[in-house]
Amino acid sequence: MASGKEIRTQIKSIKNTQKITRAMEMVAASKMRKAQDRMSASRPYAEKMHNVIHHLAYAHPEYRHHYLLPRENPKRVGYIIISSDRGLCGGLNNNMFKDALTDMRRWREQDIEIDLCTIGQKASQFFKRFGNISAQATQLGDNPGVVDLIGTVKVMLDAYDKGEIDRLFLVYNRFVNTMTQQPLVEQLLPVEPDGKEKELSYHWDYIYEPDAKEVLDGLLIRYIESLVYQGVVENIACEMAARMVAMKSASDNAGDLIDGLELVYNKARQAAITQELSEIVAGAAAV
Amino acid sequence: MAMTMHVDIVSAESEIFSGTAEMVLAPAAQGEVGIMPRHTQMLTSLKPGEVRITREGGEQEYFYVSGGVMEVQPHVVTVLSDTVVRASDLNEAAALEAKKHAEQALKDRKGDMDYAKAEAELAQAVAQIRMIQKVRKNIGG
Repeated sequence: MASGKEIRTQIKSIKNTQKITRAMEMVAASKMRKAQDRMSASRPYAEKMHNVIHHLAYAHPEYRHHYLLPRENPKRVGYIIISSDRGLCGGLNNNMFKDALTDMRRWREQDIEIDLCTIGQKASQFFKRFGNISAQATQLGDNPGVVDLIGTVKVMLDAYDKGEIDRLFLVYNRFVNTMTQQPLVEQLLPVEPDGKEKELSYHWDYIYEPDAKEVLDGLLIRYIESLVYQGVVENIACEMAARMVAMKSASDNAGDLIDGLELVYNKARQAAITQELSEIVAGAAAV
Repeated sequence: MAMTMHVDIVSAESEIFSGTAEMVLAPAAQGEVGIMPRHTQMLTSLKPGEVRITREGGEQEYFYVSGGVMEVQPHVVTVLSDTVVRASDLNEAAALEAKKHAEQALKDRKGDMDYAKAEAELAQAVAQIRMIQKVRKNIGG
């Protein structure tokens, strides 16, 4: 059995670790609240944007943007993968990577190549081995702006414009609640009209100013950017929630460990006292 | 009662305005447009400038947009702004600084600053300054 002193030092070191995990838990909790606020602040924009794109599908424009047209027989596909910059957030990133890989496998099986764009340190580390990262953004911090993402998104959109990729997917974690984060793979391009076409009795089209092409170009780029931004913001909220839960369980585990060690320590102490006593008694009897 | 329509002004990072209005004036790509209820469907890009909303009862509100897209449906107007800041929040000094910066860059065309970018920055700064002055006049007068 370990001596008293050894156990004491071990308990102390676990207590220190526990202090750190507890602090990280509290930091993550407060950051999560802020991230959730940001998430709800950016939601109206994404919704309005979605509505406009939706209306566009009902209109009968003379100009159809190529983001809205389906493309047959893809030869190469692109993925934008959003992860966190830092670890210590449970299985958050790994679960998402697993989902992304499963999704990619179905393309690989058809001999279709994959281009990647990673946002966040963890994704770029993980997917380095798979090659073909055409763009990456890291160290966005807790409060990223749309500005930080425009560059990376543009790389993928340019590739799509040139026909280098025929599909574009977005992989991120959706924030369901504090305990649940759901990894998602969504198709960004071509834009798929959702659900049923509404019956319209008359044909109408927008007035475009300055002209249809210019307006739609600007609009669709913003649409994609807003989706990616929404993904990034949600992912941050997920990261904080996952970290909070992971750190909470780490603190709890440390507590259990300390309890166990304290029991062992007390037993050892008592055994030492008993031994000493019996030695004294035996010594006195011998005299 | 006058006819009204629903107006939303949103930017990627927050919702700025949501409510009913009698008229909306916006800096469209080819000059300012005034939208009244039952306007036909329109989609236009916006230049940096002010969006002026006439609320029910004639009260006016100003917002600054640094570009974006506006969608008009007969009873709904949606302004998707790149960044919208409430006009009274604008910092005139910062705007002037940005303008000076942009003008300097315009003069110094050989510099590594992109000419188009500088021009865009200048347009933004000028629009912001005009906006601040207007708001100030309204408050003062």
